[in-house]
Amino acid sequence: MSDASPLLRVQNLEAFYGPVMALRGVSIDVFKGKVVAILGANGAGKTTLMKTISGTLSPRKGSISLAGEFIQGSDPDKLVRQGIAHVPEGREVFPFLSVEENLSMGAYTRRDKAGIRGDMEMVYDYFPMLLERRNQAAGTLSGGQQQMLAIGRGLMSRPSLMLLDEPSLGLSPLLVQEIFEIIRRLNKEQGVTLLLVEQNARVALNTADHGYVLETGRIVMDGSARDLLASDDIQEFYLGQSAGDDRPEKRWKRKKTWR
Amino acid sequence: MDILQLLVSGIANGCIYGLLALGFVLIYKASEAVNFAQGDMMMLGAFLGITFINASYADLPFLIGITLAALLLGLFGYLLDRFVLRAIFGQPQFAMVILTIALGFLMRFFAGVIWGHDPTSLETPFVAQVWMLGELMIPVVDALIILTTVALTTVLYFFFARTRLGVAMQASSQNQMAAYYMGIPVKRINAIVWALSGVVAAIAGVLFAAKGAVEPSVGLLFGIKAFAAAVIGGLGSLPGALLGGLLVGIVEPFAGRFLPEVGQIAPYLLMLVVLVLRPGGLFAQISQKKV
Repeated sequence: MSDASPLLRVQNLEAFYGPVMALRGVSIDVFKGKVVAILGANGAGKTTLMKTISGTLSPRKGSISLAGEFIQGSDPDKLVRQGIAHVPEGREVFPFLSVEENLSMGAYTRRDKAGIRGDMEMVYDYFPMLLERRNQAAGTLSGGQQQMLAIGRGLMSRPSLMLLDEPSLGLSPLLVQEIFEIIRRLNKEQGVTLLLVEQNARVALNTADHGYVLETGRIVMDGSARDLLASDDIQEFYLGQSAGDDRPEKRWKRKKTWR
Repeated sequence: MDILQLLVSGIANGCIYGLLALGFVLIYKASEAVNFAQGDMMMLGAFLGITFINASYADLPFLIGITLAALLLGLFGYLLDRFVLRAIFGQPQFAMVILTIALGFLMRFFAGVIWGHDPTSLETPFVAQVWMLGELMIPVVDALIILTTVALTTVLYFFFARTRLGVAMQASSQNQMAAYYMGIPVKRINAIVWALSGVVAAIAGVLFAAKGAVEPSVGLLFGIKAFAAAVIGGLGSLPGALLGGLLVGIVEPFAGRFLPEVGQIAPYLLMLVVLVLRPGGLFAQISQKKV
């Protein structure tokens, strides 16, 4: 079900990465309880968008509102308290802290000991592997385990909105399936709204309810995940399939229709 | 017996080097830059201790004096980060190195103006007392230095391993960006680290002044030796800093006794040997990021 007003509304957002204009007026809506995917190639501005929403980057123009309240330009520690958790690209765990200490740092902004304890049990339920290695330094985990730890750490702030930046980065296809299965369960069972950035369009659209396509700082396409999966453009440029009778040497001639 | 005697004074000296090296490592871990004013902060701590404790100044009891000196220098460290160093937050590390060198000059200058350039020592109730352990003479000051260091490092260990703030300090030193994402207030944490290193420097300074005379430039050479100790331990490891300090402290009197020609440079020779054999220092923390 979708409420009248979205949980997260980004409007005409412009952000710079040094002198480079990385976002050129991006608008997206994320409704409560949904999974929204943002697709795009390298350098499209996906990570910049995530960083601007979570407050680690300040926008030049535009607005971001969370549950009706404007939040653009706030510091991340305030936004974490308001319910945004950012699981950054490349895991970024604390390498010399144990798994459990990493999780407890995810709950840094919280003071309710019992609630934190309970959420830690919940994270261990979703990722039993973390329980086995709770006292192990996070830097000694494998890439996939670190990704699970990063997601678990993000859950520890009990977010209403979780930003997931490239959870499939550098993982084997099997692990990607496993992680996305857990992401789906988190969305269904915990009601966490998810904004997902992915290069792996197929797995992202199979998980998401809605998708946006970001290219060089602009949203060029959006629609329900089912429509996007069926669209010719997405098939051609993000899923790497060509229409059956296309001769390979002609492929370069096909242009994206959104231009 | 002679050797044991040298060892005792070496360990006591080493404790002070170790505490100072601890200050270097704390700040290096927080801001990835070396605070070359660390020795001068110790000098300030020594003079604060003298001001609070000596009869010609405030004439307070030793324990109250050292506590006040620690608190005051802690506050100084906090304000230094809050109002001076935060102004160059995000600049290249080199800027911070130069800034701390300049701060060191300023501290020496103001200490000279306030306290004069004559060597002054701390008056303690136990100044010439010794404990006899068989034939071994243990100056009470040395025992005090060693006990204080053990107590302080135990407290610091539990602080870093067990408290929420301590773990958050470790976290933000290991991955500042991720700490930022977690909602850990990284800038405030940095200021608290500076305060902590001020506290440690003050305690080291008061202990140092209890052992010998101080004058405004004393922190310069002592600070560089403590820096060598921090590098020997692996700049970035707290236990390493203490061990490095102890090694430097112990090597010095032994070299002075048995190899007088190299006595002065022995700590640096030790640093050279360690760096050649283990480039990261004795307790190097090496992590490879998995992609």
